[in-house]
Amino acid sequence: MSATFEVDIEGVGVWSPELPNWDAARTALCGIVRAAADPAARPAPTLLPPTERRRAPEAVLLAIEVAQQACAMAGREPGELAHVFASAYGDLAVNDYLCATLARAPLEVSPTRFHNSVHNAPAGYWAIATGCMRSSTAISAGAATFGAGLLEAALFAHSESAPVLLAAYDVAAVGPLQDAIACRSRFAAALVLAPRSARAHARLRLRTHASAAELAPSATLLQASHCDNPAARSLPLLAALARRESGVLQVAAGSSAGLEVEISF
Amino acid sequence: MLPAEWADWESRNHRLAWLGLNQDGFRERALAAIARYGASRIALILGTSTSSMGETERAYRELEADGHFDAAQSRRHAHAPHMLTEFVQAALGTRGPSMTISTACSSSAKVFASAERLLRAGLADAAIVGGVDTLCGSVAYGFNSLELVSRERCRPFDVDRSGLSLGEAAGFALLERVDADKAAPRLVGYGESADAHHMSAPHPQGLGAELALTDALARAGLAPSGVDYVNLHGTASRHNDEVEAALIARTFPATTLASSTKGWTGHTLGAAGIVEAVIALLAIERGLVPGTLNTQTLDPACGPQIQIDNREREVRVALSNSFGFGGNNCCLAFAAGVGA
Repeated sequence: MSATFEVDIEGVGVWSPELPNWDAARTALCGIVRAAADPAARPAPTLLPPTERRRAPEAVLLAIEVAQQACAMAGREPGELAHVFASAYGDLAVNDYLCATLARAPLEVSPTRFHNSVHNAPAGYWAIATGCMRSSTAISAGAATFGAGLLEAALFAHSESAPVLLAAYDVAAVGPLQDAIACRSRFAAALVLAPRSARAHARLRLRTHASAAELAPSATLLQASHCDNPAARSLPLLAALARRESGVLQVAAGSSAGLEVEISF
Repeated sequence: MLPAEWADWESRNHRLAWLGLNQDGFRERALAAIARYGASRIALILGTSTSSMGETERAYRELEADGHFDAAQSRRHAHAPHMLTEFVQAALGTRGPSMTISTACSSSAKVFASAERLLRAGLADAAIVGGVDTLCGSVAYGFNSLELVSRERCRPFDVDRSGLSLGEAAGFALLERVDADKAAPRLVGYGESADAHHMSAPHPQGLGAELALTDALARAGLAPSGVDYVNLHGTASRHNDEVEAALIARTFPATTLASSTKGWTGHTLGAAGIVEAVIALLAIERGLVPGTLNTQTLDPACGPQIQIDNREREVRVALSNSFGFGGNNCCLAFAAGVGA
């Protein structure tokens, strides 16, 4: 058995076409049915200047939107937070563009789209938009990406005694890549985590163990509609937060390692 | 070649990973650590920039007439960043926390920081860290489109430098707590930061790089004068070398030696962190400070620290700088073990 440690949740952010913010997600996760709003086409995070917002790839918009929401709820200055951006696949649209262009006319590769293809592009745009010079990390761990990101971010908060932003996002595969990558939905979620905090909405007690099996609480329609999206593995934790249900969740944090998350209020 | 049992993983990146695992007895040492601590107590954190994206590019070049992937490419083993780590995990059999860090050219430096936190908190007893990157079309044509690639062999910090040379590499390190072997060289500090400036150009005053360096020194409890050698990021791009040369000149005394080894290795991108961490460790082990290959006349921005020629001297403390796109910085600090 491994050591345990604790962090507090200060802020939450969510974006999907149906649930463009935490308030909408919380309502849905509590089982309250509201008149269906038109799905949002793209998030429009106000932290980005309007021209950037128009030009930015969807993966960047999703990540920055939820990060901004979580910082606002936490009442934290975004530029003051070390951050961990977690995505299983990264920007699948830019990968499709690069691979298609390389196959057709490699000398036409756009320099901007090339530097946007790095996995840490959303983290880089976030740091630039917020003036953040603290530790900036971008990770990937396949289906276990959310849990690995949660472990990395929570452990940073614990061991550095500093608040941390975690943003998990994945976008839909496009083009021929759909033959190898099952993700067809868009989902992003963010948490601001801090060691013992006066502004805590919930406390997490974490430990690692040797099983990647995930025990979801009750499956929701929401989970079913996002089951192909690795960032939506955050939904059981978000559901517990929305319902203020204390309990223990199992989250995969590697292909054969798990994170036991005890949540209390 | 990959062994037949790993045929599904076929890609240039996984082949290089396998080659790297089998160098210098590393795989045997890793397996011995797994046997000693138990597979679930070994974390695996690897860095890569493009992972096996070369296979995805190939699949696009060889699409079927209906626009779909060839049946052999419709596999999960090669088309996502984490596949490198999954392959190494399958090859070694670790069962602890695992993840891929992909922050461009700082990726396999940052793996040391994340691993240190897992070990410090008692969430693992050992960590296998490292990085692998191989050439693929997006990297070759992408750096070309940014006009960052030299037509000659790269000449870091040369007044007439004309850009970087791309390279490829695999490297791994086994980290354990200091008590496991007090004579082994140790990670004594690290610093991580962001530039908050530009996606593909460094901060003009090197403020992000300076924050990472200062943090690494603070964690190590070192003054700049306590550093014997700094392995520089030194890509031979106009901007990086100018900013990094100024940072070294204003931070360190003349007794600290510094060099870029990219004239030997090329810029190995997501593997540069581990490659240059290994070079820093070799400098400590061998008492040899490598020079800056291909460089003839140093840029006037360079202080007395930057060396063109190899120098023999005792190295007790060595740093390694790694900076990446997105303005992502990491500095590692290593020191000789006790009695070493």
